[in-house]
Amino acid sequence: MTLQNYLVISAILFTLGVFAVLTRRNAISILMGIELILNSCNLNFAAFSRFITHETTEPISGQMVALFGIVLAAAEAAVFLAIILSIYREFGTIRPDETDTLKG
Amino acid sequence: MELKALIFYIFALSAIGSAVVVVTIRNIVHAAFSLMVTLFSVAGLYVFLQADFLAATQVIVYVGGILVLILFGVMMTSGRLEMQLQLERGQLFWGGIVSLLILLLLLGVIINTPQWKGLADDGAPSLGPTTKQIGNIILKGEFLLPFEVASILLLVALIGAALISRKEVRDEE
Repeated sequence: MTLQNYLVISAILFTLGVFAVLTRRNAISILMGIELILNSCNLNFAAFSRFITHETTEPISGQMVALFGIVLAAAEAAVFLAIILSIYREFGTIRPDETDTLKG
Repeated sequence: MELKALIFYIFALSAIGSAVVVVTIRNIVHAAFSLMVTLFSVAGLYVFLQADFLAATQVIVYVGGILVLILFGVMMTSGRLEMQLQLERGQLFWGGIVSLLILLLLLGVIINTPQWKGLADDGAPSLGPTTKQIGNIILKGEFLLPFEVASILLLVALIGAALISRKEVRDEE
């Protein structure tokens, strides 16, 4: 297991997440894509903190950043789903291209 | 092949394979359960990176929290008809092109960066259990301020989500 193994896995996860965000027509599927992207970022942080160390930083600094990433993902998912519920009550659909009231 | 490497590749393949299922399958409930497999596999990869606390947090927060939230969202927003996801061909084409370009860019950078070549974790010292170190670094070290800011952020997100998602109360006067 080298650093590049982890980086390649994380790059593939990131790409799949971007693909889901770009092509899915359902807001919850887009949320799943965003979760994939955040997971790949956290994996990168943990991998770099394991393989590349400096004298000035703690060896688990990267893991700390990944932990804060998980916290942010939890907060983001809660607010995202609240907004989706609100949109569904207003429009009766959660397809992003049908909720276009603000479109000029 | 030694056993450790075999388990690592099983986790890696199941993470990538189930992520492919997440982005391609048409039934959104199946996609959510496939996302669960991805999250578990990433937790397994964290264990290989000696991040035991991070792996446990991943399982608890993602699988126990976010995934349940996603399933509730699916339950409350999709009628029987919207369970199946439609894809449009043009969007599929351009989305595929853009993500393929991003993947090639990332792989090029990863393979061609000289500092990252051949870094293996065989010789690196073991970190031991990280829970105590994380507690020390949060409460005594440099992460005290981010920790408090994160707690305020969670409080704000909690109140905001409850406020946004409740039914609007109109005055009866």
